Amino acid sequence: MISQFFVLSQRGDNIVFHRGEVPKGSAEIFFRKVKFWKQDGQEEAPPIFNVDGVNYFHVKVVGLFFVATTRVNVSPSLVLELLQRVARVIKDYLGVLSEDSFRKNFVLVYELLDEVIDFGYVQTTSTEVLKSYVFNEPIVVDAARLQPLGPGAIFMQGNKRMPGTAITKSVVANEPGGRKREEIFVDIIEKISVTFSSSGYILTSEIDGTIQMKSYLTGNPEIRLALNEDLSIGRGGGSVYDYGSSYGAGAVILDDCNFHESVRLDSFDMDRTLALVPPDGEFPVMNYRMTQEFKPPFHINCLIEEAGHLKAEVVLKIRAEFPSNITANMVVIEMPLPKYTTRASFELEPGAVGQRTDFKEANKKLEWDLKKIVGGFEHTLRAKLTFSQESHGNITKEAGPVSMTFTIPMYNASRLQVKYLQIAKKSSSYNPYRWVRYVTQANSYVARI
Amino acid sequence: MAPPAQSQRSQSPSQPSGKSEVSDLKLQLRQLAGSRAPGVDDSKRELFKKVISYMTIGIDVSSLFGEMVMCSATSDIVLKKMCYLYVGNYAKVNPDLALLTINFLQRDCHDQDPMIRGLALRSLCSLRVANLVEYLVGPLGSGLKDSNSYVRMVAVIGVLKLYHISASTCVDADFPSTLKHLMLNDSDTQVVANCLSALQEIWSAEASTSEEASREREALISKLVIYYLLNRIKEFSEWAQCLVLELVTKYVPSESSEIFDIMNLLEDRLQHANGAVVLATVKVFLQLTLSMTDVHQQVYERIKAPLLTLVSSGSPEQSYAVLSHLHLLVMRAPYVFSSDYKHFYCQYNEPSYVKRLKLEMLTAVANESNTYEIVTELCEYAANVDIPIARESIRAVGKIALQQYDVNAIVDRLLQFLEMEKDYVTAEALVLVKDLLRKYPQWSHDCIAVVGNISSKNVQEPKAKAALIWMLGEYSQDMQDAPYILESLVENWDEEHSAEVRLHLLTAVMKCFFKRPPETQSALGAALAAGVADFHQDVHDRALFYYRILRYNVSVAERVVNPPKQAVSVFADTQSSEIKDRIFDEFNSLSVLYQKPSYMFTDKEHRGPLEFADEIGNLSIGEATDNVVSSQRVEENDKDLLLTTAEKEETRAGHSQQASFGIDDLLGLGMPAVPNVPSPPQLKLNTKAALDPSTFQQKWRQLPIALSQELLLSPQAVAALTAPQALLRHMQSHSIHCIASGGQSPNFKFFFFAQKYEESSNYLVECIINTSSGKAQVKIKAEDQSTSQAFSTLFESALSKFGTP
Repeated sequence: MISQFFVLSQRGDNIVFHRGEVPKGSAEIFFRKVKFWKQDGQEEAPPIFNVDGVNYFHVKVVGLFFVATTRVNVSPSLVLELLQRVARVIKDYLGVLSEDSFRKNFVLVYELLDEVIDFGYVQTTSTEVLKSYVFNEPIVVDAARLQPLGPGAIFMQGNKRMPGTAITKSVVANEPGGRKREEIFVDIIEKISVTFSSSGYILTSEIDGTIQMKSYLTGNPEIRLALNEDLSIGRGGGSVYDYGSSYGAGAVILDDCNFHESVRLDSFDMDRTLALVPPDGEFPVMNYRMTQEFKPPFHINCLIEEAGHLKAEVVLKIRAEFPSNITANMVVIEMPLPKYTTRASFELEPGAVGQRTDFKEANKKLEWDLKKIVGGFEHTLRAKLTFSQESHGNITKEAGPVSMTFTIPMYNASRLQVKYLQIAKKSSSYNPYRWVRYVTQANSYVARI
Repeated sequence: MAPPAQSQRSQSPSQPSGKSEVSDLKLQLRQLAGSRAPGVDDSKRELFKKVISYMTIGIDVSSLFGEMVMCSATSDIVLKKMCYLYVGNYAKVNPDLALLTINFLQRDCHDQDPMIRGLALRSLCSLRVANLVEYLVGPLGSGLKDSNSYVRMVAVIGVLKLYHISASTCVDADFPSTLKHLMLNDSDTQVVANCLSALQEIWSAEASTSEEASREREALISKLVIYYLLNRIKEFSEWAQCLVLELVTKYVPSESSEIFDIMNLLEDRLQHANGAVVLATVKVFLQLTLSMTDVHQQVYERIKAPLLTLVSSGSPEQSYAVLSHLHLLVMRAPYVFSSDYKHFYCQYNEPSYVKRLKLEMLTAVANESNTYEIVTELCEYAANVDIPIARESIRAVGKIALQQYDVNAIVDRLLQFLEMEKDYVTAEALVLVKDLLRKYPQWSHDCIAVVGNISSKNVQEPKAKAALIWMLGEYSQDMQDAPYILESLVENWDEEHSAEVRLHLLTAVMKCFFKRPPETQSALGAALAAGVADFHQDVHDRALFYYRILRYNVSVAERVVNPPKQAVSVFADTQSSEIKDRIFDEFNSLSVLYQKPSYMFTDKEHRGPLEFADEIGNLSIGEATDNVVSSQRVEENDKDLLLTTAEKEETRAGHSQQASFGIDDLLGLGMPAVPNVPSPPQLKLNTKAALDPSTFQQKWRQLPIALSQELLLSPQAVAALTAPQALLRHMQSHSIHCIASGGQSPNFKFFFFAQKYEESSNYLVECIINTSSGKAQVKIKAEDQSTSQAFSTLFESALSKFGTP
């Protein structure tokens, strides 16, 4: 019961346009509405809104708007989920999702959409099924030139062990060399959220994890994934934030989780094994959520003090609380400064490499980038601020909180593990590449001051 | 396509602006059309791609129609698909050209390759040209019988397309019953799902004119169909599962064991990674257990964790959709979520549409045990760089303060806001302190001390300024400088742009004058003079009124302007509980996101399949056991459908009379049954029949239509029917009771019920009367089918007597 589907670029260019019971101008109406949601431009348009009886749904994927419209009072999560899925199917086909790859492949995208949605009703979003209906070959764009995309793309940076290009490989296009390489990727991606109070203790913490799979195996063999044996799900009774009642050291306790429909849980209760025949394309095997106490990877220490007339000093300390064989990448620390700050001069520790500091004049923000932080190390930044007016007494209320983003490959905070990945294909010569990779990213990592 | 982008494109040298390129393409296509050279298909593909690329960017390539069709006489499926795409785009505007393609599409419908059969059939049905429908029936008929499931899948949707082009052709070909057969027998679940979608649309549309269709539509939610679909639920694709689950929410199980069976069967759907499946399942659980209070509570506990997981595992957009639903649940059962409040803390990088929802949830779940933590957290957001969210957070603190008994700590926080010296924080906090004082006057001392320190020059926002002025007037005896601050505000009268502020200023100066006359006199004089000269009508009128009442008698003026006040105990809720219930009934739809029932934002035909809103959805399924109250509520609900919210307010006034009339009605006191009406002896009705609206609604869904007819009303009856009440009273005297009514002249709608004498067998009636045509559409449903004719006669005779003295 979807009337229209279209993809727009950030500039409002129409990339693909699919069918239209709703007047043609709707793409323009949508774009104007999103662009000018609130005059001050401070607020983002919500993913769903109604203009003159037409409901507009959109999701943003790598800077592109995937939009659907309908007049019917449909299930919002169905349409949003569908848009997300369409984006994923297209990515499976094109290898890379970008404006460029779209423009090069719009006929293929049309063809896909024709099979995904017929007369507004969803037919299938399975890359597997679509393969038998869709015949255009993707024109693959050069992935190396493009911004990395999607959660899997984080493996592309600085870690030579990872075959980075595989993530941007189309599931249908043939390798230039001819035969396809037999391989399967299992990524355990965790996003962590921690809020530290001004005195440094943890106010809230949560891990949102997903086990993502992308299979390039021929013949759809069955896969068995074994997780930690001491894994338990659901915290019996009491608040989930009741940190005191830990179940003994070592156990991994998830608050809740859900599974892809291909997953069979026959022996899950017994030996924590997931069995599945992975469909083609990228998909989440399992999503999980955990509020069990864990050791935050970074400790943040922030001090802001007045230092004379119209002057103040900020001292930021970051300590990496993980082993020294692990390195965090792309660390960015941000801190809003008092509105009346006019200048900031920075002082890094002696001999600092790969660090960059900046004072964002427009939104009065301090920014500190570190290319990498090796486990166990501590880094300090000092900043001298100049104000245009007297502070109102409590300077800590005018600045902060400090927020941090980072990526730590081969590290996971929850200690959830894939113990083994078994491919059920009885042949001694058959030994496909198996990649089991862990990564932890900051979702909302905040220290109040 | 955005026009600016388009114009920009046409200027770009690499993009064709029009004719020469198109005619060039035409030439090339023509050359290739007859060629059988090797590799010709590849060149064709390139050309076709070009054509389609022009088409998408808005260049008219319809002149290539003939060449495109000629080139498509090929076995290359990629070419065919592109051609179909092209044809589908231009056929509607060029019906003559469409005729050209019919031939080759029909031929392709018999191709050996099922893919080509399916594609050709889909394109054929997508031409959407009314005068070509005759060519569709044959291919569709064979498509539905095709051995390949892909072709059947396409054919089923094709039937729906045909229905939209020409409903009569579709019905005459008996396609709906073919679909019904397929739905119950096909081995492919996507075919089954498509049949269900198509039948829901077709029968819903037909139901208004055909009894049979209306029966068929109700048969979709019969036990047979529901169980058949539920038993195969895991074979369906995740999207089709949503479709089935939505249908299940409409099913009314006959006994509670069925409810548990269904819930057990669907239990694992709550662990699905697709949020749409989870929400659809949640709706089934909530709807099924609506009448089982304890189980319903358990359902809340059960669905909590899966929904929270969806919030944190999905994209921000999906989180938003799920959070909106959680918000609805939180509002209905705050205590279930009160220990999970930390899940609703905002994360710094979330989009503001998510943060707003979370703030509302935090306000809703705040109770004695968690208020301190929640308010502490909210205070952190008040200093946030995101100003709209900071404001919203302060308001949230205020709302919590107003709903809590122990406001001690919160008041301190609010006062700290005032000391933060950020304009927007001060503004929001002032408004809150004002509301707080209206509810808890005992805090005035602490608050006034802080408010007195605020310079009115730092307050610019009208709402905040008005709040400050109100406090200056109300507490002028406690604020040393009040008369002088007011005086300086009066001096700047002309610079004050907001009429609201000027109105408040007038009243505040009056109040201050009563308390401290000598200090305020000059300010009062100036304010009244300025007010009387004000160009704003309300300000002018108020000033004049104050002036006159002061001249008449100062103590009377004081009693009018500054009477002793009672503390406000509860602030008016903005949304009625009827509306909230209605939104809950529409769980897992846009209604939840917009926080409005569907009738407020969609027109009737787009409410979704099987939506009963046009029938008895108007009836609230409240738990009210009191019939008097519920009949009144039903009445109101019906008006909701017909009136805008502003009008609704006015109609509220009329309810007291209706309600008292309702009491007479239900107790059967006021109106004795009229025995002298010669009713058919074989059917006697219970004069004191009673039925509560939810049972009515349930029965209305379950029962098939026994009889449907159109009756003519006498001119007297038409004249007598000025308001629904008249007919209501009349039918009551014939032992036919009204459970819901609504409408305005000339359209009225009634739901009646009656019970057989000394038996609990019910008759349900829907009666739509149009007084301008003098016709009544009557639909009767009966628990005892054998007497439905007798009841109909009785109903008809009762109706025919309406208006006669």
